[in-house]
Amino acid sequence: MYDVAVIGAGVTGGMIARKLSSYNLTICLLEKENDVAMGATRANSAIVHAGFDAEEGTLKAKLNVKGSEMMKQVTDELGVKYKNNGSLVIGFNAEDRAVLEGLLERGRKNGVRDLRIIEKEELGRIEPNISKNVICALYAPTGAIVCPYDLAIAAIGNAMDNGVKLKLNFEVTGIKKTEEGYEISSGEEKISARYIVNAAGLYADAIAAMAGDTSLRIRPRRGEYILLDKECGGLVTHTIFRTPSKMGKGILVTPTVDGNLLTGPTSVDMEEKEDKATTPEGFARIIKEACENVDGIPFNKTITSFCGLRAVGNTGDFIINTPLEGFVNVAGIESPGLSASPAIAEYVAQLLEEQGLALSAKMDYDPYRKSMHAFREASIEEKNALIRKDRTYGKIVCRCEGVTEGEILEAIRTNPKPSDLDGVKRRTRAQMGRCQGGFCGPYIVELLARELGIPYDKVTKSGGDSYINIGETKEDR
Amino acid sequence: MTDLVIIGGGPAGMSAAVAAYESGIRDILILERDENLGGILQQCIHNGFGLHKFGEELTGPEYAWRYEKKVRELGIPFKLNTMVLDITEDRVITATSSEEGVFQIQAKAIILAMGCRERSKGALNIAGTRPAGIYSAGTAQKYVNRKGYMPGKNVVILGSGDIGLIMARRMTLEGASVKAVCELMPYSGGLARNIEQCLHDFNIPLKLSTTVVEIHGKDRVTGVTIAAVDERRRPIPETREYIPCDTLLLSVGLIPENELSKSAGISLDRITGGAEVDQDRQTSVEGIFACGNVLHVHDLVDYVSEEAEIAGRSAAEYIKGAKPGDESVRITTDGKVRYTVPQRVTADKAVNVYFRVADVYKNVTIQVYRDGEPVYAKKKARVAPGEMETLRIGEDIIKGAKELKLGLEVSGQ
Ligand SMILES: Cc1cc2nc3c(=O)[nH]c(=O)nc-3n(C[C@H](O)[C@H](O)[C@H](O)COP(=O)(O)OP(=O)(O)OC[C@H]3O[C@@H](n4cnc5c(N)ncnc54)[C@H](O)[C@@H]3O)c2cc1C
Repeated sequence: MYDVAVIGAGVTGGMIARKLSSYNLTICLLEKENDVAMGATRANSAIVHAGFDAEEGTLKAKLNVKGSEMMKQVTDELGVKYKNNGSLVIGFNAEDRAVLEGLLERGRKNGVRDLRIIEKEELGRIEPNISKNVICALYAPTGAIVCPYDLAIAAIGNAMDNGVKLKLNFEVTGIKKTEEGYEISSGEEKISARYIVNAAGLYADAIAAMAGDTSLRIRPRRGEYILLDKECGGLVTHTIFRTPSKMGKGILVTPTVDGNLLTGPTSVDMEEKEDKATTPEGFARIIKEACENVDGIPFNKTITSFCGLRAVGNTGDFIINTPLEGFVNVAGIESPGLSASPAIAEYVAQLLEEQGLALSAKMDYDPYRKSMHAFREASIEEKNALIRKDRTYGKIVCRCEGVTEGEILEAIRTNPKPSDLDGVKRRTRAQMGRCQGGFCGPYIVELLARELGIPYDKVTKSGGDSYINIGETKEDR
Repeated sequence: MTDLVIIGGGPAGMSAAVAAYESGIRDILILERDENLGGILQQCIHNGFGLHKFGEELTGPEYAWRYEKKVRELGIPFKLNTMVLDITEDRVITATSSEEGVFQIQAKAIILAMGCRERSKGALNIAGTRPAGIYSAGTAQKYVNRKGYMPGKNVVILGSGDIGLIMARRMTLEGASVKAVCELMPYSGGLARNIEQCLHDFNIPLKLSTTVVEIHGKDRVTGVTIAAVDERRRPIPETREYIPCDTLLLSVGLIPENELSKSAGISLDRITGGAEVDQDRQTSVEGIFACGNVLHVHDLVDYVSEEAEIAGRSAAEYIKGAKPGDESVRITTDGKVRYTVPQRVTADKAVNVYFRVADVYKNVTIQVYRDGEPVYAKKKARVAPGEMETLRIGEDIIKGAKELKLGLEVSGQ
């Protein structure tokens, strides 16, 4: 019997599990996929929003501003890359300016620091490639960028190091109330827990319904992106948003913490919760709008495109409540969910305490996790000292991103351990560069097979039936 | 200080090393990131290599071995499993290996021979999902030929580059069914002989002016939608056709790998993607030379060796004190000729110019213009982008010229 079962290993569930692991509790984190951070957390804009978007008084506004202020420390503890690059919402005309003034007002009420409107001349100085048609911008110096799956992986790894049990490929299919709490099943497999935190993203409505709360409705909304080569990352230094309109927030242009340039997202309501396909219309829209915002974006330097699904709830706000005894919903966590995640975790801990869960601080809780980027950032001397101890750190496997065998092996052996190619990619950036794994893929398959003790052709791209190879060639049989 | 450091131990790097040795340079070092010499040839187990150079048909590894044997016999030092991370304009090389960790070398001259990589799916922005089962043709070749595993059974190939054509045959021989090879352009980018021997002989359809517009499948590819394209290469919706398959191979172009060249500040040719060089294959940075697929993509390894020998000899001369000529004559093109290598000439001597054309043309006259005046013409029945052409420009033409231009006159289509 666990004290708490957290359902969903995205950034929300991950941050909650980490927070709870600082108390004397037994916790399990349940995830249906073969790895963590496979939902919205995998594919989003990666922005730590300053907090001027959401309406005053909403949970979104409160938790965003608080989460964004906590983010620097959290990422330091977890060894996750974070950059306080500031953001700009650009306006093209008087109508936009009026909207920006409204946002400025709202942001100030929400408690966002240092917000101000800047004019064309100053804008041109700090962001020389911004479109010449822009007349002004709302400048938010507290805006930042982070790598969302890196954050979730690190939070979950840290939670595991502090005792949390992660169960992958555990798709919750049934929840039964028992005397002491709940029995949670995934097919034949069952576990029990006194409390449940439902952080199942798009499926939070289904999970809630299993427990008897039918008030939730979560709809998927597609967001497509185009990611450009590192050569282009310096085109802008701030995150460039458009002025929001009836049509939504529009296409943004931003550098990523790894130095790429990211453009997107589109915004289309969907029926299917698994449909992560990109579309030609989406690409066309991204390219058109991004080029209106910033001059000279070289889309011929595209390295990949992808799609994320927003979990849109039925209230317009985050839905964080306790509809049943010992059961907390953390649903409708659309943007700014990533930014808010550290604050959401604190809030949820508080709700659990109100539900009677005793929170006593764990003496040996360690909030720190070794950075997975340590080798990359080390000096030549430090690198050589490590290579002398472990030669695999001298061998580059991924040429495009310069990732060594040592770093890949370290990632494969570190919580939460990846067991597929995409998992290694998200942790090390190997296969994420311009050749997209063309060169290093076959070797990483070999490393995974060896480390996991499975045959070469049983290695998958991302779990399930996503096998890279389907068998041996004739000659070898 | 090392006289000559060669980055890359493929056919280009090895040929250059041998040529430099034969020109009297002894202090040579080849740096290779792979665990053996030979580069991409190691996985090209089909034959067809060496027809020009040795007058016989060799497989890739056999061709590579001829040079590796030479390198070993001459005792030219090489380091394997060694990845160059950076080079500077002053020819300081930073590399890393398991044996030595991160180390630096100062070179008198450098030859860049890093080869090329395949264009990846990401660059194409194909709509749909991102399941397992999508590989560049070269990656699939590695799985099949080096690792002994089959990446799939029912295959569609996008792009008719040579590696794609070769893999169509290879996968078929391994028992897979290749449904189609789709080519965006109205002509194939591969060699005519490969289309004959790899597609026609196996009844694999080559669909020209056709592209893949959507990828389907969640875990593994379950199919692709293809469509014909109009003259402006836009898909025509009415022609959409679904093909069930579990694998999509991409052979959509090769890109010279010039990240290191950029770090040294070498100027690159926008069209070739490689360095701009003179007749000695010297780049815009003195003492740094380039040859092979890192300079421009070749279709035959024989030409790679030829070019590498030039670079090797020139680097040797440079080490012995020769300076690059300071007057340089640019070789420009008319657009029908897309590019030339070299792009400029700095010495009054005859030069072999390699070039590619922009489209398929029949009954053409290749024209050399000297300061605007036509001075040399050569007729050819057919030229195509997939086949590199070469032309010798005599000393008499080069001497005293301010500008040279290569063009095509097309008398028939
Ligand atoms: C296009 C887009 C752009 C965004 N941009 C930003 C941004 O710039 N800044 C920002 O702050 N936020 C942004 N967001 C929002 C942010 O990505 C999300 O708020 C955040 O990732 C949500 O995390 P999560 O853990 O709640 O959900 P998810 O990451 O979706 O995690 C839910 C997890 O639950 C698992 N699960 C589901 N059902 C079950 C089951 N039955 N059993 C077990 N496990 C289950 C899923 O597999 C998944 O791993 C964006 C979102 C999208 C889609």
